[in-house]
Amino acid sequence: MPIFSYLAIPREGARETLCAQLSGLDHCQVIPADNQDVVVLVTDTPDEACEKRLQKRLKGLGSLQSLSLAFGYDEKKEQGGQ
Amino acid sequence: MALDRRQFMKQAAVSSALAAAGAVFPGISFGDWNKLTNNSGIVSWQKSPCRFCGTGCGILVGVSGGRAVAVKGDPNCSVNKGLCCMKGYHSVQSLYAKDRLTKAKVRKNGQMVEVPIQEALDLVASKLKQTIESHGKDSVAIYGSGQWTIPDGYVASKLFKGCLGTNNVEANARLCMASAVTGFMTTFGIDEPMGCYEDMDHANVFITWGNNMAEMHPVLFSRMIANRKRRSNVRIIDFATRFTRTSQAADMSILFKPQTDLAVANAICYEIIRNDWVNWNFVNEHVSFHKGKTNIGYGTEDHFAFQDKGENISFAEYKQFLEDYTPEKVEKISGVPAKDIKYLAALYGDPSQKVTSFWCMGMNQHTRGTWINNLVYNIHLLVGKISTPGNSPFSLTGQPSACGTVREVGTLTHKLPHGVVMNEHDREMAARIWDVPVTNIDPKPTYHTVEMFRALDRGDIRFIWIQVTNPMVTMPNLRRYRNGAQKDDRFVVVSDVYPTPTTDVADVILPAAMWIEQEGLFGNSERRTQHFAQIVDPPGDAMSDTWQIIEVARRLGFDKQFPWSEENYIEKIWEEYRLFHAGPKHEMAPYKVLRERSGVQWPFVNGKETRWRFNPKHDPACTNGKDFDFYGKKDNRAWIWARPYEPAAESPDDEYNFWLNTGRVIEHWHTGSMTRRIPVLHNAVPSAYVELNPEDAAELGVVNGEMVRIISRRGQIIIPAQINGRGVPPRGMVFVPFFDESYLVNEVTLDAFCPISKQPDYKKCAVRLEKV
Repeated sequence: MPIFSYLAIPREGARETLCAQLSGLDHCQVIPADNQDVVVLVTDTPDEACEKRLQKRLKGLGSLQSLSLAFGYDEKKEQGGQ
Repeated sequence: MALDRRQFMKQAAVSSALAAAGAVFPGISFGDWNKLTNNSGIVSWQKSPCRFCGTGCGILVGVSGGRAVAVKGDPNCSVNKGLCCMKGYHSVQSLYAKDRLTKAKVRKNGQMVEVPIQEALDLVASKLKQTIESHGKDSVAIYGSGQWTIPDGYVASKLFKGCLGTNNVEANARLCMASAVTGFMTTFGIDEPMGCYEDMDHANVFITWGNNMAEMHPVLFSRMIANRKRRSNVRIIDFATRFTRTSQAADMSILFKPQTDLAVANAICYEIIRNDWVNWNFVNEHVSFHKGKTNIGYGTEDHFAFQDKGENISFAEYKQFLEDYTPEKVEKISGVPAKDIKYLAALYGDPSQKVTSFWCMGMNQHTRGTWINNLVYNIHLLVGKISTPGNSPFSLTGQPSACGTVREVGTLTHKLPHGVVMNEHDREMAARIWDVPVTNIDPKPTYHTVEMFRALDRGDIRFIWIQVTNPMVTMPNLRRYRNGAQKDDRFVVVSDVYPTPTTDVADVILPAAMWIEQEGLFGNSERRTQHFAQIVDPPGDAMSDTWQIIEVARRLGFDKQFPWSEENYIEKIWEEYRLFHAGPKHEMAPYKVLRERSGVQWPFVNGKETRWRFNPKHDPACTNGKDFDFYGKKDNRAWIWARPYEPAAESPDDEYNFWLNTGRVIEHWHTGSMTRRIPVLHNAVPSAYVELNPEDAAELGVVNGEMVRIISRRGQIIIPAQINGRGVPPRGMVFVPFFDESYLVNEVTLDAFCPISKQPDYKKCAVRLEKV
């Protein structure tokens, strides 16, 4: 049950599209910056399979230039891999 | 507030990302999101339509600690599928500016003094009563808006038309889409578009008629652009009087001289007939031909009256009428090369192309607005490109509920929720549902908007209640109407959320609940009704416009007609209002369905929405057994009208040698009273400007930012110049956006209007320029 947050950078001119695409994905919270082409993305997935699917979808977004990890937490690992 | 471990970790994730962003991008701002008091980081999301244009985008409002803190597009809403524009994303910030009106104010000895809202409502009711007793029922008026919720407009109509017996009910939508309505009524006998936004996913050709969609309907424009990217056979043609962001993105930009769209539309029809591109099966089965009066005037004088009279004509007579509009002749009038006119005609005429035409203010704010609406329908009807996916003449609206409240509820002087005051059966239906004597409802319309403010100036109207709109910025020929509102013995009540030039002339200011601070319903451009729950509390004494009217109605003794409780009045009002539209042509969805969904299109029959009207594959109201049924007209046909080109009310001459065109920008909503209080939007475009053609600017000796005086026969303003900005007018034209109350461009504009729709023309008057 991992939680991650990222700084998402859109491709040039694609900020609105990126926000729309990210908002449309399950398990994603989007906080766009007001004055920069930067979007904070917080993901909160229920299991590993879901996390993998989300990662794959994020990689496929045409409006996304880069994704930088800011925070990571995995409940499963915290609990000793149970 | 309890916070579990997982929520805590999620908040930590947000904080880490915000901190990382701050380190990498110094000065980065996430608006008020991370500054709000009581922000727990736990955000709950609720649906609402956006309130900043007529598109009707579904949004999800994030609420934390009782405040709206974030917005994201609603992926479940078919209108926008999760996308928003800059106004939408920042919309909730408009609730929280520091100078929000939270207390009622009353003018005492020339000063506005705060009073309890109940005292202010007492005063409104007693003044209303007193004015009727002294000057008659038609001396009082209510002026609302396409931003009124459906319940707001419904109770206003019920109180004024049903209970007080005056037809002095108007709305600012008269200024933005009245010509669309009269266009629909004269061509189809029934209002509102036959198609839907899904047309964009089927059309190959888009033609924007005087419609800067890139700025005014950005989410729809994005959908159009996305279609072009996805499908190789999509073309966008921008047909406009000035080069805009829409022109820039289009495959082809065609500029025409103001007002000459009438001539070009006729020339397209001429070419379609000359090349035998007419869809004869469609025309023979579903179209009839008509002509109306000509030289119909401009309404610049008080008490102007006009009644059109339609006559049947034959196709041969229509063809003869078009002889004046050969592409070569029209090139001389319009400045559009004959080859471009032929190209447009070929696009419409090619049976392999699906064509959608879009328009909004360019065609509606036009002294021949009804005619140009008719003429674009003519084109689609001649080639039978209508009421099928992708083939759509599509009149867009500007406001979130211009359709839902003004057109459907009928908050215009001649209208009722079903039909018109002139029709006995419609009056009887209203009297029955409203529980008032039928004699209460006056069969004669009174004043359309311009004439209503003239009546206020003359003293025929003594009391006016203005809700959700800012006419002291938006009325054309503004100075006359502001002076009129300020005359002694006029009583002006204004319900609004922020101080504006209109609250400046008020005798009573009522603080209003805004948008998601109340439950309500809007109706968008594609016949979609959209419900929103109350998501946050209104501040101070602020109260919904609906409830303000109910409070006053009860003080006037109309408890029986307004019996609802604060707990469920919106549901009760909706279910009462629905009775007016029962039947397959306009059935509205029940309250419970609207609560659940992100909008429902009417007619909503047997649980099914209607996407394309007049087409029996989609529309249950079609009963004639044919492939189309234009059931709005008694002859079951759509009407093609022979409407000529006639010049504008005022054109440039030797003394006033420029056209003045006015409009909007993407960042600001209407008069800016809300969006100018959103820091990001305000900083993006902090003040108005005049767009000049670079060659005109050079001749005038003006560079970017220098001040220019714009002078008309009505007044003048001094305003900074913008050259080669986002819009570039042709030589001999200037453009000024009207969002900025510091530069009241409507002191310069002309109050001429379309004699049929009574909608003013904000796009054309004559001015001269001086360098300051």
